[in-house]
Amino acid sequence: MTTPVPATSALPANQREEVIWLYQKSPKIQPRTVHGWFAGWRWALVWATQLVFYGLPWLLWNDRQAVLFDLEARRFFIFGLVLYPQDFIYLTGLLIVSAYALFLFTTVAGRLWCGYACPQTVYTEIFLWIESRIEGDRMQRIKRDAASWSVQKLLRKGGKHLAWGTVALWTGFTFVGYFTPIRSLGVAVWSFGLGPWQSFWIALYSLATYGNAGWLREQVCLYMCPYARFQSAMFDHDTLIIGYDEKRGEPRGTRAKRGTDANRPLGDCIDCGLCVQVCPTGIDIRQGLQYACIGCAACVDVCDGVMDKMRTPRGLIRYDTQAGLEQAQPASARWNRVLRPRVLVYSAVLVVITAALGTSLLVRPTFRVDVERDRGVMARTVEDGWVENVYRMHLMNNTEAPQRYRVAVQGLPGAQVELRGPAQAGPAQARWVPLVVRIPPQAAAALGSGAHAITFQIDPWTDSSRAEKSSFVVPR
Amino acid sequence: MADFTAPGWSTFIAISTALSLIACVVLLVLAARRRVVADDNTTGHVWDEDLREMNNPLPRWWMVLFVLTVVFAAIYLAFYPGMGSRPGSLGWTSSGELEKDQNRARAEFAPIYARFASMAPEQLAADAAAMGTGQRLFLNQCAQCHGSDGRGSKGFPNLGDNDWLWGGEFDTIVQTITGGRIGNMPPMAAAVGSAQDVRNLAQYVLSLSDSPHDAPQAQMGKPKFAVCAACHGAGGKGNTALGAPNLSDKIWLHGRGEAAVTSAITRGHNNVMPAQARNMTPDQVRVVAAYVWSLSRATVTTAVTNAETTAATTATTTTTTATATTATSATPANTTPPR
Repeated sequence: MTTPVPATSALPANQREEVIWLYQKSPKIQPRTVHGWFAGWRWALVWATQLVFYGLPWLLWNDRQAVLFDLEARRFFIFGLVLYPQDFIYLTGLLIVSAYALFLFTTVAGRLWCGYACPQTVYTEIFLWIESRIEGDRMQRIKRDAASWSVQKLLRKGGKHLAWGTVALWTGFTFVGYFTPIRSLGVAVWSFGLGPWQSFWIALYSLATYGNAGWLREQVCLYMCPYARFQSAMFDHDTLIIGYDEKRGEPRGTRAKRGTDANRPLGDCIDCGLCVQVCPTGIDIRQGLQYACIGCAACVDVCDGVMDKMRTPRGLIRYDTQAGLEQAQPASARWNRVLRPRVLVYSAVLVVITAALGTSLLVRPTFRVDVERDRGVMARTVEDGWVENVYRMHLMNNTEAPQRYRVAVQGLPGAQVELRGPAQAGPAQARWVPLVVRIPPQAAAALGSGAHAITFQIDPWTDSSRAEKSSFVVPR
Repeated sequence: MADFTAPGWSTFIAISTALSLIACVVLLVLAARRRVVADDNTTGHVWDEDLREMNNPLPRWWMVLFVLTVVFAAIYLAFYPGMGSRPGSLGWTSSGELEKDQNRARAEFAPIYARFASMAPEQLAADAAAMGTGQRLFLNQCAQCHGSDGRGSKGFPNLGDNDWLWGGEFDTIVQTITGGRIGNMPPMAAAVGSAQDVRNLAQYVLSLSDSPHDAPQAQMGKPKFAVCAACHGAGGKGNTALGAPNLSDKIWLHGRGEAAVTSAITRGHNNVMPAQARNMTPDQVRVVAAYVWSLSRATVTTAVTNAETTAATTATTTTTTATATTATSATPANTTPPR
């Protein structure tokens, strides 16, 4: 957290008041680099997420970009899937699935998202790595920050910011590459032919990456992100949190003291402070679960390393449930509690919604059609007494192959369907086709005036036909 | 049109906005100092034995951003409207924005329409892109009255029947769309005579097109037709210069039968087509006129024929011409046989 306020000795009868500035510059946190089991997992996720993010726009599918959200044409391509704005429900479904998945694994194992997969963490990791390569390890960076400006310092800092800027620009460029084909975007950048909006978005996203990962870092987690604040709603006593085993570790102290007080043996914690040094949010996990802990398990890794050197068992700081830490339960008890009602409910909802989403995508029809009655003409009587009704058929081709359609009408004896436009749609094209349904005078007389229910059958030849209800009006 | 009912409101809004911005900054300054009353970073109060309230400092970057937003607000309000009715130094209006968008759209479309501008109507009717654009323009601008298929209804002319009130040449169609038309027939009952005279005349008019009529009455009405011939021509063949319909065909814009004709003679007609010059540029009018012109060339009779559908498919093809040719060479299955 931020620097504690200078302490004043507050005597009840004589409260010395000190007036200080409300706005404080947060001290720069220089986390120490850590290696270990969980750090390995964190880096694996960095690689996995960024390979997908940076790599996906470069993939091709059928001579076009595989993943492209063409906002101007209002078509969203995900490999073979062609989505229209009408398909936003799938995005909603995806968000619901993501939300329930988040609730599920947070209830089970705490802030896994924050510590391992969140873009803020991922980019901060990348930028920290760049910083440590250029400026050196933690001690060197602290010394350099405190030192006065020199050519060396300028070059190192400048180089670091240049590297950060390059990564940020590439990130911004990739982000916009999801909305404009990335290859043509690259050509545009190279030839200084970027449109104003593309330039704006690349600049904004780059600035956001540079600012968040280079400067703000833990400030986002501490102050901006709401996830930290409602984690208490998602945790319970059986959630795996990162905790310091107080019973085992206290009283803490350096080993040199061991000899001085044999009556009070020291706990396993040697008060090396490494767990504080590696923490990216600058907390002391030994104070217990805090909202600022993002669950990155850096302290676990470093403490395990120290325990190894001290030849004491690992796990002084470990993933454990609150119940486990308080009552010193064995690991088996922890496993028994994993499948508790809350977890089961989240899992059930997740499975149902994922199945629904998946099924609905699998059985998605190859085209969409709406038949609307014409707004201008209710009904008309033409020569020889035939009665006509006019409709507009709105066709939306969900595939990337051209489609032809055949239209038939049911529920109207003697009816003829006449298309007044080509019943075709190109790849991923939407078009209106006017059509007319007409009945001979005898049929009209037999039906009587008023609206009569009919059904259109639209057959795309390559798929099953769709039925659209409508009405046929016989004028008085 | 004024934004407010009384001018004083504009001043009120402007003052409120300015005061609010100043108040934000004042709040920031007033709250800048805090007293430290306890040594554990809390406010010093304890509730329920162990509940305390933290008194943490706000991060400095937060305050800086806050100040920046106030500065941004001040700059924005200088350039854009917001202080009451003051228009702002840049003179931005939403209608001006619309005009800018429309001009940009016109500039973007100009090359497309430039290509169309040099084509004759026959070429336009054969061009897939032109007919696609024409149909879309028609569906947006004309279909409200003339129907999505352009065949009209009672009171709204059928554009596909090759029967023209004002002339069916391409240039005439362009003129009709651009300037609109007023189809005015004055009430003629006074010139005709009594109510029975009007009915006889109506029967005669029906006889001109071989519609079912009462022959004796038609005979009696024949001499009265002279007043009609002034506009409708000697044999009732119509006069496109005046927009007078051809009375000797079977096309009845305002309804068929004696009642409709009698009503026309007695009350007259005033059928107005609004001018479309306001809605479309001259290039667009040309394209949609070609589309309208092509409608009457595609339609032969009112009966459904396979040939008609094939012709329609040939004339109006989609983007992929390869598919279009496959469609026309295959059996046109776009219509169902009569049930």
